[in-house]
Amino acid sequence: MSKFEALAGNEAVATAMRQINPDVVAAYPITPQTSTVQTFANYVADGLVDTEFVTVESEHSAMSACVGASAAGARVMTATSANGLALMWEIVYIAASTRCPIVMGLVNRALSGPINIHCDHSDVMGMRDSGWIILFSENGQEAYDNLIQAVRIAEHPDVLLPVAVCQDGFITSHGMERVEIYEDADVRAFVGEYRPQWSLLDLEHPKTYGPLDFYDYYYEHKRQQVEAMQHAHRVIQEVAEAFNRTFDRDYGLFEPYRLEDAEVAVVVANSTAGTAKVVVDRLREEGLKVGLLKPRVFRPFPAEELAEALAHLKAVAVMDRSISFGAMGNAGPLFLELAAALALRGVRMPMADYVYGLGGRDILPREIESVYRDMLRVAETGQVERMVTYLSVR
Amino acid sequence: MAELKGWRDIPIGGMILEAGNATEYPTGTWRAFRPVFGEAECIHCFQCWLFCPDSSILVDPENEKMVGFDLEHCKGCGICASVCPVNAKVIKKADEELAQDDPRLCIRMVEEGKFQE
Repeated sequence: MSKFEALAGNEAVATAMRQINPDVVAAYPITPQTSTVQTFANYVADGLVDTEFVTVESEHSAMSACVGASAAGARVMTATSANGLALMWEIVYIAASTRCPIVMGLVNRALSGPINIHCDHSDVMGMRDSGWIILFSENGQEAYDNLIQAVRIAEHPDVLLPVAVCQDGFITSHGMERVEIYEDADVRAFVGEYRPQWSLLDLEHPKTYGPLDFYDYYYEHKRQQVEAMQHAHRVIQEVAEAFNRTFDRDYGLFEPYRLEDAEVAVVVANSTAGTAKVVVDRLREEGLKVGLLKPRVFRPFPAEELAEALAHLKAVAVMDRSISFGAMGNAGPLFLELAAALALRGVRMPMADYVYGLGGRDILPREIESVYRDMLRVAETGQVERMVTYLSVR
Repeated sequence: MAELKGWRDIPIGGMILEAGNATEYPTGTWRAFRPVFGEAECIHCFQCWLFCPDSSILVDPENEKMVGFDLEHCKGCGICASVCPVNAKVIKKADEELAQDDPRLCIRMVEEGKFQE
């Protein structure tokens, strides 16, 4: 039997880690991720897991230890935020290109500077070309569920890529919510045993990880990463189907909310999607045909499915919790990629980007409502007045 | 150079699954300077064999003799000439011009393009 517990997002993730019982965890504390590894370290100290917990002197070392342990054939996890992820950078790319199925709990926080510890998505958006699979989570439940699924996605023989599971710093990571925790045995059965194909500890078959790779083969290894990402698109859906069957959930590439008959929609990831659902319900009571699309899988970007899900709308707003400085219109990365996805598939509609919540700035229901009201006007006129709006900036 | 394979036919992630396959990579193609062996001067101390980073010093273990170079893999780094005590007696550093002029050198480095048998 599963049970419901009052847990902060980080505790939910730490609970998933306890149930998964990874061979190795290497992590360095950074706000707001800290309570993930702190809670997990307690589990290690209490003997509730068999994990080798590697305390390191920096995130660069944490990710390095993860790569080494993964190459050795271990099931490996870590967690970080913002500047910690930035310090991992070099090894983040190496983890993906060396095809290490590491799972990372990524608690989204604004990158410095100026220094800030609160939520935005500048950290994860920086890793979007690194070769990691990236999943978003609206709340603690989704962070927990996504982490469990991430293990199976990462370790799938057709994938073998690292996965980052995002949740919003403080809002989700430290907000206590009702989280359904499944039986330990059920979670362990779901993730199964990791059987690495190329373990460095397999002394009968000596091998080399990470050798020099010049112009003669580097390109071919990049092409293999593309192939793995293409497989990930399918595997993520297969794992979600299995998860949904086992634990009675409804995961897919994204979550449509009252979208089917909507005329106007907002696309927004992570915790703000929860707030936006309240706004959708309120506006629906007024008879306004509004809906929501909450991306779950950001890498690989499900362009075709997104275009199909949004094609019937009269106007779409994207809400971005980061800025791609100097990109078209100084817009956010989610908007830019979605706009390209729709345009290239011939789905033409007025689109606008609303940057919000940088550095943990609150995003209120009335602000999200203003986005919907803007887009309802746009749907009527067919004209977007401003491509990019920096919501509630002074 | 072996025929280049496509991305479907190689291990993922740049992994090398066969131990010791560095011999299949002919690093001799990188060479700008070639070592030349002056057999008469050699005292067979094996310093070059010990220091060669590419295991390219060929020896005859039965007779305990240094016999030459594996030019398929020698990158021409010159460490052999640098550590050779016979050379050291003549000059401190195996300067190429001096080396070419001095027949007493055991190992001298000759520009690859100028080398003639």
